[in-house]
Amino acid sequence: MSAARLSLGRLALNGAATLSLGFILLPLFFVFWLAFFRQEIPSFPPEGYSLKWFQAAANNKPFVDGFLLSLQVGVSATLIGLVLGVPASLALMRHRIALGPAINTLLLLPLVMPGIVLGTSLYVFQIETEIATGLPVLGSAGGLVAAHSLVVIPWVVKLVTASLAGFDRTIEEAAQNLGAGPWTTFRRVTLPSIRPGLVAGSLFGFVTSFGNLEMSLFLVGPGRTTLPIAILQYLEWKIDPTVAAASVIQIVLIGAAMIITDRYVKLSRVV
Amino acid sequence: MARLSIEHLRKVYGEFTAVDDCSIDIADGEFLVLLGPSGCGKTTTLRMVAGFIQPTAGKITIGERDVTTLPPWKRNCGLVFQSYALFPHMTVAENVAFGLEMRKIAPADRAPRVTEALRLVRLTGLDERYPRQLSGGQQQRVALARALAIEPDVLLLDEPLSNLDAKLRQEVRVEIRDLQRKLGLTTIMVTHDQEEALTMADRLVVMEKGMVRQIGTQRELYEKPADRFVAGFIGRSAFLDGAMAEAGRFRSGGGLDISCKATASGPATLALRPERLAIGADAEACANRFPARVEHVSYLGALLDIDVRLTEQDRILLQVPNRPGAAEPKPGDMITIGWAEDAGLVYPREAKA
Ligand SMILES: Nc1ncnc2c1ncn2[C@@H]1O[C@H](COP(=O)(O)OP(=O)(O)OP(=O)(O)O)[C@@H](O)[C@H]1O
Ligand SMILES: [Mg+2]
Repeated sequence: MSAARLSLGRLALNGAATLSLGFILLPLFFVFWLAFFRQEIPSFPPEGYSLKWFQAAANNKPFVDGFLLSLQVGVSATLIGLVLGVPASLALMRHRIALGPAINTLLLLPLVMPGIVLGTSLYVFQIETEIATGLPVLGSAGGLVAAHSLVVIPWVVKLVTASLAGFDRTIEEAAQNLGAGPWTTFRRVTLPSIRPGLVAGSLFGFVTSFGNLEMSLFLVGPGRTTLPIAILQYLEWKIDPTVAAASVIQIVLIGAAMIITDRYVKLSRVV
Repeated sequence: MARLSIEHLRKVYGEFTAVDDCSIDIADGEFLVLLGPSGCGKTTTLRMVAGFIQPTAGKITIGERDVTTLPPWKRNCGLVFQSYALFPHMTVAENVAFGLEMRKIAPADRAPRVTEALRLVRLTGLDERYPRQLSGGQQQRVALARALAIEPDVLLLDEPLSNLDAKLRQEVRVEIRDLQRKLGLTTIMVTHDQEEALTMADRLVVMEKGMVRQIGTQRELYEKPADRFVAGFIGRSAFLDGAMAEAGRFRSGGGLDISCKATASGPATLALRPERLAIGADAEACANRFPARVEHVSYLGALLDIDVRLTEQDRILLQVPNRPGAAEPKPGDMITIGWAEDAGLVYPREAKA
């Protein structure tokens, strides 16, 4: 009797889990499905299947250029995010800094701030900077990368501080005792220990940058369009499955990156 | 290997003095143990020698080198941490080789030294294991091998055995000591395990509240404790509070007149080792003899521990041989106890705040 109730409870739980998973996966499923439809206007049931939209996506110059730009911006922003985020995490975790918790919150802010708000304020800031310095900032690659670093930093800080929290500092002392200076100690002992956080932080930071639309809308210049913006612009004119095909390519690439990363660092354990 | 000298070392944290005017000279190849209650500054002293804590004042010399202001990585001290602090992402061999690598020794020359260090601690064949694949005792030995491999000028051990079980602790104690002798390593070990300290040390340093109370051999500390703290800390002592009536005569708080070999005056404390006391017929020949009431008896096989009361304020612990056939005193019995004139050590009483 109680066993029966138990299995009933389990059934309900499994049901709920399946339902929410379905809720997440269903749109993905449709995007995948749609990408292979033969007809131009998506309608059900499909008239037939074809790979031509993938070809169309690959031949679409704005998509290809956007993809390359997003890749460059994402990689640069991730590198900058690491260079700034790792020392920041070390400082926050290791030294009692005045306003430490406040700085920590501040560093995480770009992640929770609505993209539109972030975009608007950066837009204004970059215009003001341009006026003040006379340098071309708004619409430049540098301006875009700088903005994207802002959304990478929170991921790096969040995940690196998490891996530092469980780090035993006596092994750094052991290294120094054996003759390693501060830099060697960091490279040989600290870095390997925080690598999971570093890898996961870079991955999520990169993905966030790569998929960013709202903020980038304010900051891109003429002839410089990221992939999400290129897709948006395409959708203003057409709704054929080219967009679905482009999305499938992105999803597959990001999925592959996560699976490869997960082989080295268990993502479920760091995030 | 070198001699190590610590002069007037001092460490102050804000208002709090963790180590105060600590001076210790350690001979080449000597095994010195720092002993004292928790929080007395042992680890602080050791870490100042290793270079992890900058002293507020004082000087540390290793061999001919003044290392007081040198960073840890230039001191050539082998430190074995209480938690072992092995590098989790490196194999045993890589752990041991790390210090050699830092000394820019070519990989080909490292290998034999790693093998030799692991052989010394009897860990041959575990080179490729990771620390998490080792038992606590094995990890401890890797930590030791890693410290030995760099051929340190001094070896520093901070409670190296405290994470091992009692049986292993006995074994490792002997091993460390043998190794230290064989290599002639100048060594400082910190512990608060008295037995460990007494069995391993050439000389001991007793610390309390950041200050060195006494430095000496086991025998010196036990037979001639420098002050009341040491008398109570090393082995056991019974204390009678009172005052010196005249030279050679101590009067206890309960009014007992006790002859002793002291010339001090004023308020004082008399310390007695339990085994220096005699009862019954054995007490006949003693200079000091008093009637006493037995309060408590503990049977310890070959020995008896007896708590007796001499007066309302004067209580003493005795330890006497348990003679077969002799009647064992029982609580409530009146017995005679006695001790020789030189058994009682007199310390001036610190004014109570
Ligand atoms: N960074 C610090 N700031 C303030 N006080 C400290 C600091 N480090 C240590 N102390 C204090 O200095 C005293 C000595 O500490 P230490 O670690 O040397 O003790 P210990 O003799 O090794 O004790 P244990 O046997 O418990 O390990 C302690 O009272 C401790 O609270
Ligand atoms: Mg300590």
